Amino acid sequence: MKDQNLPDPMREQLKGVSRRDFMKFCGVMAVSMGLPMGAGVQIAEAITNPKRRPPVIWLHGQECTGCTETLLRPSHPSLEHLILDLISLDYHETLNVGSGHQAEDALLKSIANNAGEFILVVEGAIPLKDGGIYCLIGGKPFVDLVKETGAKAGAIIAIGSCAAWGGIPSSPPNPTEAVGVPQVLQGKTIVTIPGCPPNPYNFLSTVTHFITFGRLPALDHLGRPKFAYGRLIHENCERRPHFDAGRFAEKFGDEGHRNGYCLYRLGCKGPVTHANCPEILFNEVGGGTWPVGTGHPCYGCTEQGVGFNMPLYSITDIPQPTPFANQAPIQPSRPSPHSTAAVAVASAAVGATIGASVMAMKKLGDSEDKKNSSS
Amino acid sequence: MKLKRRDFLKATAGSGLLMALAQPSKILAHSDKKALPPEAVGILYDSTLCIGCQACMVSCKKANDMPIDSSDVEKLWDNPQDLSAKTLNIIKRYSEGSGQNKDSETDGYAYVKRHCMHCLDPSCVSACPVSALRKDKQTGVVTYDKGACIGCRYCQVACPFNIPKFEWESTTPEIVKCQLCNHLLQQGEISACCSVCPTGASLFGPVDELLTEAKRRLNLKVGIYEQFPVNAFGKNFKSKYVERKVARYVQHIYGENEVGGSQVLMLAGVSFNKIGLPDLPEESFVRLADGIQYAIYKGMAYPMVVLGALIYMVRKGNDTKKKSE
Repeated sequence: MKDQNLPDPMREQLKGVSRRDFMKFCGVMAVSMGLPMGAGVQIAEAITNPKRRPPVIWLHGQECTGCTETLLRPSHPSLEHLILDLISLDYHETLNVGSGHQAEDALLKSIANNAGEFILVVEGAIPLKDGGIYCLIGGKPFVDLVKETGAKAGAIIAIGSCAAWGGIPSSPPNPTEAVGVPQVLQGKTIVTIPGCPPNPYNFLSTVTHFITFGRLPALDHLGRPKFAYGRLIHENCERRPHFDAGRFAEKFGDEGHRNGYCLYRLGCKGPVTHANCPEILFNEVGGGTWPVGTGHPCYGCTEQGVGFNMPLYSITDIPQPTPFANQAPIQPSRPSPHSTAAVAVASAAVGATIGASVMAMKKLGDSEDKKNSSS
Repeated sequence: MKLKRRDFLKATAGSGLLMALAQPSKILAHSDKKALPPEAVGILYDSTLCIGCQACMVSCKKANDMPIDSSDVEKLWDNPQDLSAKTLNIIKRYSEGSGQNKDSETDGYAYVKRHCMHCLDPSCVSACPVSALRKDKQTGVVTYDKGACIGCRYCQVACPFNIPKFEWESTTPEIVKCQLCNHLLQQGEISACCSVCPTGASLFGPVDELLTEAKRRLNLKVGIYEQFPVNAFGKNFKSKYVERKVARYVQHIYGENEVGGSQVLMLAGVSFNKIGLPDLPEESFVRLADGIQYAIYKGMAYPMVVLGALIYMVRKGNDTKKKSE
């Protein structure tokens, strides 16, 4: 490490990461959460001098481990830095060294020792049908495990769409009656990080916020952190100008598709999906690394009722239409209301009225003349 | 009595003659513009500054809780083609030839923002038989009271700018028109369209100060860079400024004198009838109508003549009857 002026404990904590890289990471974290740059220093302090690494218990239900996989991708912090230095990962079925009763003991011990303090992360949906027997962990229904652990947790994070509302297992016809964590642990504050898989930084930023400030970030009505799920994909999409100008790809591989036009007519769910994919992208390899960037419409994985629910290439409504890029003309073109038939009928009516009036006046005169001549 | 053709025609001609003699224009000779209300506020719209972003339309819909007005089949955009019962404010685009040059009448384009002009002497207020439309005595805002409206739509016919719209699709229809965000003004805010305009094309402020600003702009040298106030202007506001190149203005302030003047003023780089603003006389239509009415009824002249004619006809009728007996 270059910087020899760092105090020993800090150098030890950083484990081969240069100071500059570390401060960069803290700054990026702060910015990705929409916090002021100064918060980076606070984050650095919280991470280098944690009062205690917060214990984390990670439970798996009906899932594919994709959400765990996604944590392999970020570089700041990397997975090993996260689980070895930042948090104390007491139980995680994919990463546990021990297994069987040994692992279950570690779980029970951690729950007992850290009651009210540990962070509970749930990955995967929770089946309720027939007492929850369609997902058993150590012989116990998963739903009971979540209820027991959730009751003692300091903070609960539901990672992935399955944990957030049921995700893929809850798709119709939902044979196991799968639900998400909020439906099982009702009345508790649950942070949901939906996505299939979710962006790892949305999860990491939430954890970092909790470690730094001792409280959760601002959440919306579905428990999603506002810094990540506050806006629609449509609002920050790089292809938005094409939408506004009415330039659409009509078929995969057509002229418009090759020119990067809007994918709305190919079934993009961006207009109804809240997520920050277009802003923070995936896998840190540069621009365009997200579904729409690669030329495929968004399928709405972060939005309940959209992902795994609406047909993949169906067209959505636009809940809040904004103006078209072209303005209205000075004189709007309207179909002429005067058809030939209508004009003919109107002329006939006018003619008849004039004729009748003339006749009436004439008669008035005639009757007078007659009267005069008879008297 | 039987109405004789000859007498009927005589009476009609008499009335016409009286109206002709009254000569409304002469009676109106002393007429001048109605004075500005004491706290008259309005909008200065500068077409040369407008970039056509339509932020004002979005903001207007939000502030007034108006529905989407889609003219495309898929309903992808809020893209009204004209003012309607769902749209109080609209940006329209004049385009000619190649449509490349801003504020040019040939091969160019220009924007115009259409909404209520808040006339000093509004025809709609004059035409409204139940005072559903009123002009505020302090701010001069032309307001609409749906409780009083009887749905006669005289205001639609009376308005020279074609502003009031009727909710044809509703079972309990109302008249819809811009009220200068009166509900926001009462909270000390400014009209929603002006509060979001990024370039100062829609500028809110006291009408007299806006007029001064408009005159200043007409005298600016074309092509220099100049500071233009944004959002609001006047002694009550701390204005923000943006720097813009001065365009070639048409030397006329639309709304300064049109039909007696209005509280919404407009500047443009192309002639006003090109961007859909009608050529109108300086005299307000209300004055004209009032003049005719007052002239006819001056000294009860018209009723006297009509009464006289009636008496004459009745007497003649009686005479004829007696003779025939």
